[in-house]
Amino acid sequence: MAPRKSTKKPNVSAEELKAYYRDMLLIRRFEEKAGQLYGMGLIGGFCHLYIGQEAVVVGLEAAAEEGDKRITSYRDHGHMLACGMDPNGVMAELTGREGGYSKGKGGSMHMFSKEKHFYGGHGIVGAQVPLGAGLAFSDKYKGNDRVTFTYFGDGAANQGQVYESYNMAELWMLPVIFVIENNQYAMGTSTKRSTMSPSYWERGAAYGIPGEEVDGMDVLAVKEAGQKAVAHCRAGKGPYILEIKTYRYRGHSMSDPAKYRTREEVQKMRDERDPIEQVRSLLLTGKHASEDDLKAIDKEIKDIVNESAEFAKTSPEPAVEELWTDIYATEVPQEA
Amino acid sequence: MATEILMPALSPTMEEGTLSKWLVKEGDTVSSGDIMAEIETDKATMEFEAVDEGTIGKILVAEGTEGVKVNTAIAVLLEEGESADDIDTAPSAPEAAPAADAGNEAAPAASEAPAPAPSAPQTDTTPDWPEGTTLKQQTVREALRDGMAEEMRRDENVFLMGEEVAEYQGAYKISQGMLDEFGTKRVIDTPITEHGFAGIATGAAFGGLRPIVEFMTFNFAMQAIDQIINSAAKTLYMSGGQMGCPMVFRGPNGAAARVAAQHSQDYAVWYMQIPGLKVAMPYSASDYKGLMKTAIRDPNPVIFLENEILYGRSFDVPDLDDYTVPFGKARVWREGSDVTLVSFGIGMQYALEAADKLAEDGISAEVIDLRTLRPMDTGSIIKSVMKTNRCVTVEEGWPQGSVGNYITSVIMQEAFDYLDAPVINCTGKDVPMPYAANLEKLALVTTDEVIAAVKQVTYS
Repeated sequence: MAPRKSTKKPNVSAEELKAYYRDMLLIRRFEEKAGQLYGMGLIGGFCHLYIGQEAVVVGLEAAAEEGDKRITSYRDHGHMLACGMDPNGVMAELTGREGGYSKGKGGSMHMFSKEKHFYGGHGIVGAQVPLGAGLAFSDKYKGNDRVTFTYFGDGAANQGQVYESYNMAELWMLPVIFVIENNQYAMGTSTKRSTMSPSYWERGAAYGIPGEEVDGMDVLAVKEAGQKAVAHCRAGKGPYILEIKTYRYRGHSMSDPAKYRTREEVQKMRDERDPIEQVRSLLLTGKHASEDDLKAIDKEIKDIVNESAEFAKTSPEPAVEELWTDIYATEVPQEA
Repeated sequence: MATEILMPALSPTMEEGTLSKWLVKEGDTVSSGDIMAEIETDKATMEFEAVDEGTIGKILVAEGTEGVKVNTAIAVLLEEGESADDIDTAPSAPEAAPAADAGNEAAPAASEAPAPAPSAPQTDTTPDWPEGTTLKQQTVREALRDGMAEEMRRDENVFLMGEEVAEYQGAYKISQGMLDEFGTKRVIDTPITEHGFAGIATGAAFGGLRPIVEFMTFNFAMQAIDQIINSAAKTLYMSGGQMGCPMVFRGPNGAAARVAAQHSQDYAVWYMQIPGLKVAMPYSASDYKGLMKTAIRDPNPVIFLENEILYGRSFDVPDLDDYTVPFGKARVWREGSDVTLVSFGIGMQYALEAADKLAEDGISAEVIDLRTLRPMDTGSIIKSVMKTNRCVTVEEGWPQGSVGNYITSVIMQEAFDYLDAPVINCTGKDVPMPYAANLEKLALVTTDEVIAAVKQVTYS
């Protein structure tokens, strides 16, 4: 089955298209800025950028409703921006400052927002998959119709706990969408070198879980597929798998020279399939927006990102007392 | 405004690097994402991409230059309408790397960070139940079930999941009758998939429920330990206090009988080491019940270590509507003046037997049941050692890095001057558990070993 493409005449308004353009551009520019701050030594440790994969989260967020949950791995900045978390708080967490979402104690890989139903930010490859199924379990238990987007990569897709989760998710009809962001490389190992069954979504069939492959460079295709998956889950039909074919332009983390693929391969993807350029072109050719309109959006995004960087540089480091807080809860934090 | 392009740090440890090659020249226009240079770090040769768009106005550091410090200006980027003539060509000194600064500041600050005060021997010695309370004999198995069932009646967000907990009525019959009372929604049989269901339960706790996860034994929890430690224990801290994880992981721990190495291990010290977890390891039925109820109500992940051999043993249990036992409060089972015996879980059996026999020889032993290992009531231990001046610890686990080792270090730091003899840790032997009946007996800690240790520290 060929990856799902968006229908020829997308049923999408100019305003929606502009919003996707804006949201994807925010992620792209935010990540570029994060890379720059890393280069300046303001961000430490591991930092995994989302550049190239923007259409995945922006498309799926377009299919989500208030109260739906999301959880992902350590390549998580894009997910947080797409679900409406404050760029200042995200960037300040990257710099390890008091104003960060985890007060500087989590860093790039461990950020959360109860308010936006974003459950992390998890640093162990694949561990978020049963956690996501568990979030869906809690919604089913409470009897609401919320769904959980559980994101993981093609690397995590080979972890045993993913299949333990598939088995129980279908057994218990959990409202969880397993989103495989297949960017073709698990750190430096291509999918071809890690499995003889590279069509990851088809593995769901072994557990009775339906799914499909989606063109992850096409935000409208992602949104369409997301809506179908959400409808399936909300109707009480159990889990659904979306394998979203995407591509990361940067290395696995900031310290990855990416010698396992050619510069030409990356450049070709950028030139021919870039998700932001695709929407930009739709906007311009369809006369939904003028160059000036888009320039205004570019400017707005640049200002937001610069402000987040400024905030992240000037927010103080956490107070030393923070070393000893948040180890034990005295009461259960309540759902926002 | 012209922008300086700075030498980037391209790995967590890079301080300087070699500017191997420029891929752009002065006058070239670049846009974000274009590769401008190759830089050799301490680990690899990396491509350096442009972040902003503009024209390369001036290259300040020639290619081939080694030892270029991070944050040195290496080129100048001009925006539309700017000219290269405006550039001050003197390369600026590297901006001090903010991260390094932060490190320097943090170092002294960290040492000033308030460490938890050494626990003064202030101890809660109030009795567990009021005088005159009616007592009934109950097995540990019944007390555990009652504790869980009472909490499930009290809070509908509490549910039990695990292998064979529902239709089979529990592999060790702990959940007997619970399926009938609470139904399939709240008493849930899982496939044999510890890693997966521990993760699902942790996610459910993040989602606002209060799961009780039964491991058929804690040996199988090793399949799930990543979820217990990395997900359940650490998320509150990593989220700056946003994400709670109110749940209980419970099941039999330690040696049963004749089940050999893979099914006979005491994990007390493994979990006791983890900040973010609470760890209970009760001995008596009343503690199983009272601590289980406290564990279920606790807003943190609790490891509840049970013992298969104790399941069928009967103890006095107070006949009260809502009996709970607080965490971090040891129970003094027996007062004494010559030596302090400290134990927990099934180790208490050996400690109490030893105390009985020692009394016959005229040695008066005080016996302390820790009941919870994290938090640990070290205050009660110190208070007792200040009185007896001698201490022997008793546990089933292995000797290297044992719970007793930790207790010993606390006594050394807080009551060194009170000690009249070295503290002895009685533990299981430093071997995998053998199957043969005679060897198994040898591998476990014994009452005789406890008695011998007491005689050694009392020089009798």
